Amino acid sequence: MKINSIKRRTLLGAGLAGAAALAMPAVLRAQDRSLKVGVYGGYFKDSFDKNIFPDFTKATGIAIESVAEPTGEAWLVQLEQAARAGQAPADVSMMSQVAMLKGQSTELWTPIDMARIKNSSYLLDRFINKYPDGRVAGVGAVSWYITLVTNTNVYKEPPTSWEAFWDPANADKLGLLALVSNSFLLEVTAKTFMGGTDALDTEEGILKAFDKLAEVKPNVRLWYRDEAQFEQALKSGEIPMGQYYHDVTGLAAAEGHPVRSTFPKEGGIQDSGCWALSRASQKVEEAHIFIDYMCQPAIQATLSRKVGTSPTVKRESTDLTDQEFAAVSSDIEPIIPRYDLYQTKSDWLNQKWTELIVG
Amino acid sequence: MRREPPKTFGDYAPLLFPAGMLTIFFVVPFGTMIAVSFFQRQQGGFYTPAFVFDNYARFLSAFFGGVLGFSLMLAIAVAVCCVVLALPFTYLLTRMARSVQVLWLVALLSVLSLSEVIIGFAWSTLFSRTAGITNVLVALGIMSEAKALTPSFAAVLTGMVYQAFPYTVLVLFPALVRLDPTLTEAARTLGASPLKAFFTVVVPALRNTITATLIMVFIFALGSYLLPQLLGRPQHWTLSVLITDQAIYQSNMPFAAAMAVFLVLVTLGLVALTVVAGRRGEAA
Repeated sequence: MKINSIKRRTLLGAGLAGAAALAMPAVLRAQDRSLKVGVYGGYFKDSFDKNIFPDFTKATGIAIESVAEPTGEAWLVQLEQAARAGQAPADVSMMSQVAMLKGQSTELWTPIDMARIKNSSYLLDRFINKYPDGRVAGVGAVSWYITLVTNTNVYKEPPTSWEAFWDPANADKLGLLALVSNSFLLEVTAKTFMGGTDALDTEEGILKAFDKLAEVKPNVRLWYRDEAQFEQALKSGEIPMGQYYHDVTGLAAAEGHPVRSTFPKEGGIQDSGCWALSRASQKVEEAHIFIDYMCQPAIQATLSRKVGTSPTVKRESTDLTDQEFAAVSSDIEPIIPRYDLYQTKSDWLNQKWTELIVG
Repeated sequence: MRREPPKTFGDYAPLLFPAGMLTIFFVVPFGTMIAVSFFQRQQGGFYTPAFVFDNYARFLSAFFGGVLGFSLMLAIAVAVCCVVLALPFTYLLTRMARSVQVLWLVALLSVLSLSEVIIGFAWSTLFSRTAGITNVLVALGIMSEAKALTPSFAAVLTGMVYQAFPYTVLVLFPALVRLDPTLTEAARTLGASPLKAFFTVVVPALRNTITATLIMVFIFALGSYLLPQLLGRPQHWTLSVLITDQAIYQSNMPFAAAMAVFLVLVTLGLVALTVVAGRRGEAA
């Protein structure tokens, strides 16, 4: 089982890694140009250490000290508390979209000067995270898809639509993510049955989506927080359908497991991480050089090939072949999560969601 | 040598170390948690120091009452199952040869070295349709086709009893070893069957030990949050699971702290009730 490949989004041991990172003394000498970069621990950090950071140091002379960060919001809390004490456990960190918005509320992120990010012209607009007043809080680092996955032994034909989750024939066969803010099933429901995620603009719309989503419950065998649990069950056919990460499913299929990832006709869920600079960091100059470097189409293509992430730059700008692009992405318009809701209505959504699945 | 009761300050000095540890690692964190439980939650951000009851008010609902009730019921069920299984087991174990005892105790201790994650994954495999124990039953002709036994309440209960069983045996073992064997011998010579002697002599003689063990397993089981997730459906999630959700995924520390304080208070209340009831029973 490739435990390694899934660690970046799991939490086991991640808190420890974060604590260790905080406790670690600055080992680099002041006269060297250096930058501490936080990336999700495990597979992501290993891949970056191997495929990306050495070339960056060669090209710019800036040494990278990579810091394993936990996913979820634990790292955000640590960055915020450290920043209050004037410390930056990492200068630049890869942050989820919800964490970006929460950090904005306390001005945690130093605004990025886009004039100094020459390669930003290649970026897709949706990967630039902005403060309400237009300052840039974060720049797209990587993106990934959550798609409809199936066990090929159980489902000879791939499903074509998210509607498969609602099909009574799939009773007790699904594995879905357990949290409202990481499963993005409200968005899926809105896109599939309500004409788009705009339907979630009002509370009535959200409640309607919840009602529709309640119909899925009898089909769900597992609401998972731990990815390894679902991945194992999917491979064995124990739980033959569900939502899962496109990249990891592709890796499992390449290893010969009977699994497939399908982009439904309504689109896969595209989630992403931003590079963001802590306000406590003194390395503003180095951070801009780093972010600019990471926005190069060639680097984004390398990430797609080596890490399995989807590019945050326009596809035409990269030299990815059709096959390489299909392995990490799709031309079907993706479902973009309504991150704003998880900031403005987070407690209400969480309460409704918990009552829905637990009640 | 007769042991003197401590008199001077110096006699109490060895207590300073555990007292200090208890203060640093229990009293201070617990105090912090109580303080945070009154803080003001900033939705979409963090929290600010304040003195509000919002977090407790949110908890006081039928929904969370139901979850709390389930958590307590599950912990009680685990405690009762463990003691019912472990008491006869440990009693028989103490009657065995020394070498057999050592073997069993080492085996039980090795179960303690397993993490909750490993226990959860192992049981979910054993209870699965594709690789689980029902396949053996099918091969033996007892069942017609393999089926999944997880997620279910029985799976959660099994996993948690498995995890708590070694502790139960280790707590019961010393008391049972010290139990005067002449008590049962007397019962036997007076004509009681071994079974009757066990229930009329051994069990009453150990009543305090049994109560203490029940309380210990109950508290141990109450904190479980991984096994209910791995082996149960959402309706089998304990309050600890929801506390984790709030603390780690929603960064809502004040609400998580309020739920944890509530859980501790209810636990202490139940333990106090048990102790008081036990005293009454003794006096009667």
